[in-house]
Amino acid sequence: MANNDATSDIDGFLPDSSFLLDVPAKDWKDAIRLAGKGLVASGFTTDAYTDEMIGTVEKMGPYIVIAPGMALAHSRPSDAVLSTGLSWVRLSTPVEFGNKANDPVSLVIGLAGHDENEHVKVMSAIAGALSKPEKVKALADAKTPEEIRAILNR
Amino acid sequence: MDILCVCGNGIGTSVLLKVNVENVAADMGMDVTVTTSDAGSAKGTANMNDLVLTSPQLAPELEGTSTPVETVQNFMDADEIKGILEKYQD
Repeated sequence: MANNDATSDIDGFLPDSSFLLDVPAKDWKDAIRLAGKGLVASGFTTDAYTDEMIGTVEKMGPYIVIAPGMALAHSRPSDAVLSTGLSWVRLSTPVEFGNKANDPVSLVIGLAGHDENEHVKVMSAIAGALSKPEKVKALADAKTPEEIRAILNR
Repeated sequence: MDILCVCGNGIGTSVLLKVNVENVAADMGMDVTVTTSDAGSAKGTANMNDLVLTSPQLAPELEGTSTPVETVQNFMDADEIKGILEKYQD
């Protein structure tokens, strides 16, 4: 299992094609569509998953806005998930998701997974980074996907 | 203590919350076992745990369980999680 450490997980689950940096979105649905676009571009999901992610929020509310300025767009495992992976969307202008405590959102992380176990390491790395204010700032300032992965791997 | 983290689908936010709860508990020297679940099946498994953590939007789905349910507003805020765990610390 030499290839199973967090570093290679992040490289594999967040390839360059998963990133959309400093892009505009007109509303939360548009922001989730961008996260879906990143997942599709990396071959993690089909377009149907994008609609499922939007459906999750429509059904269960904006609970996916997990922290101030951050949303974890995802849906349940389905046929639309081809393999486990993530997308990383940094919005040029924050949008409202309707989550009073944590709006507006400027970072949308898209997540496609088969089960909770496959991506737990990469989620640990993300949780570790997003819970530290200095890393959150560094992620907001990072210029390239490479820089963002490096911050998550630190 | 056994803690159940609940989110809509059981694979996203609950996993992030689990990671942070484990980190905070380790810092506090608390011995915890954290599992994750989706809101639909959480009602069945909640009573096997000592505490349920979820987001304010999903808490209504867990109404009626006998296990205490606490809501977390900011899943990335170690202090908020710590404040909740302290209430249950022996």
